[in-house]
Amino acid sequence: MFWTKLKRILRTGFFNFWRDSTVTLASVLVMMVTLLVIGLISFSSAILDTTLTELRNKIDINVTFITSANEEDILDIKHTIESLPEVLLVTYVSRDEALALFKARHSSDQSILSALDELGENPLGAVLNIRARDPSQYASVAEFLESGDVLSSAGLTIIDRINYFQNKVAIDKLTRIIASADRLGFALALFFAIISVLIAFNTIRLTIYLARDEISVMRLVGASTTYIRGPFVVVGIIYGVVAGLLTLLLLLPLTYWLGSTTESFFIGFNIFSYYLRHFLEIAFIVMVSGVFIGALSSALAIRKYLKI
Amino acid sequence: MIVFDRVSKIYPDSSVALDEVTLSIEPNEFVSIVGPSGAGKTTLLKLFLAEEKPTDGAVYYESANIHTLNRKEIDVFRRKVGMVFQDFRLLLNKTVYENIAFTMEAAGRTDEEIESDVPHVLELVDLTPKIWNFPRELSGGEKQRVAIARALVNEPDIIIADEPTGNLDPANTYDIVQILKKINDLGTTVILATHNKGIIDLLKRRVVAMERGRVVRDDRAGKYFV
Repeated sequence: MFWTKLKRILRTGFFNFWRDSTVTLASVLVMMVTLLVIGLISFSSAILDTTLTELRNKIDINVTFITSANEEDILDIKHTIESLPEVLLVTYVSRDEALALFKARHSSDQSILSALDELGENPLGAVLNIRARDPSQYASVAEFLESGDVLSSAGLTIIDRINYFQNKVAIDKLTRIIASADRLGFALALFFAIISVLIAFNTIRLTIYLARDEISVMRLVGASTTYIRGPFVVVGIIYGVVAGLLTLLLLLPLTYWLGSTTESFFIGFNIFSYYLRHFLEIAFIVMVSGVFIGALSSALAIRKYLKI
Repeated sequence: MIVFDRVSKIYPDSSVALDEVTLSIEPNEFVSIVGPSGAGKTTLLKLFLAEEKPTDGAVYYESANIHTLNRKEIDVFRRKVGMVFQDFRLLLNKTVYENIAFTMEAAGRTDEEIESDVPHVLELVDLTPKIWNFPRELSGGEKQRVAIARALVNEPDIIIADEPTGNLDPANTYDIVQILKKINDLGTTVILATHNKGIIDLLKRRVVAMERGRVVRDDRAGKYFV
């Protein structure tokens, strides 16, 4: 009997989905909007994440050494810094490399290049480029460098300057912006998700309201609660599945169209290639949300009319 | 046997729909309940179907108080009662076949039974050619015959018809009454609520007259006086 009942519920659900074409169209479209919002939220969090990571990577400290500093001493200091837990990466730029970089950067400025030639010797000191794991940790790294622990083998200070103290204000500001962008992004995403889910819920409630007379007839011929509710839940699930598939399809041209825009606007984030790479994840989120919203809305909305 | 025992129904706006109605209906009876609109006919039927609860008194069917039944028992009880309404109340997105099949499915009948009984009952109400039509494609008389077929198909103990001819022309009215009579002859209790004088005079069966929520007359082979 269970299988017969299940078969009948599924069949009725399918027929209702197919025959109520206007109601079906309206519900699927509204559900698509909801799922599109949910899909775009997963994109926006990825955009935010990538952009913030890029920004974070742009923050670093350059420690410039005096020109007379010994390379071995500098490499010793490099090892010491590397052993700090806050430090992610330390890159050594020798004096020659620093000069080459400088020349490359000013290759179009003849006066600077000739001034360099006139000097005769390399005026640039070697540089250690330090990246911390988190922007907030630069302060402690800079403090460590300032303290007397970083000295040459002869016990002298060989550090010329640390640009952290010059960039401190900018770094602090950026750190705060990153933190609040994280919070704001999450709050906005939550807000839009809730609103769109409520809209979908209300639409399904309306479709069941339209069927209230039929539900009362079903009650009066003695149909059980499961047998009445079942097909409505099935229809809700089909709404979710169809709207989900259409949304995933619609996202293809949409992200393709937005791809180059996002790439130039959000530091190298191409929304189209992100969609293709994370297709399974996004498909899972969209489909599960669709099915869940459809089934739950139907099951909740019908309760009121089953009380006869 | 159906018994209404001093049943009163007062709605929240304190309008009195039924006022201490006492009435009993034997198995295989054909009872017409007559009276003007607002006399309490429909309320009486709604109370019997457990659609509404009485304010006072009790309604019994085969010694069970209908309003103390639980959800499951109400569903089982309703499967023993076939219903016909003035506005037909068919399921609009189902075909004639599916409308009738739905009632059988709800009662847990097998696919084989459904496949053999639905055409049979449609033959009884003379609607075989319309088996795959939707209700919107049928005339009023045809819709009412579908409704009667639906009420009949589970072989109920009782048929309740609430103004079944209210929306029909005289020819269709006559047909529907003849079908109800035939059903009663085959052993089913029929309760018919109507204010159509012609029907009552035609039937020559028991008539219960109601007025302002009270039974004012109970006549074994009645005529329509109210």
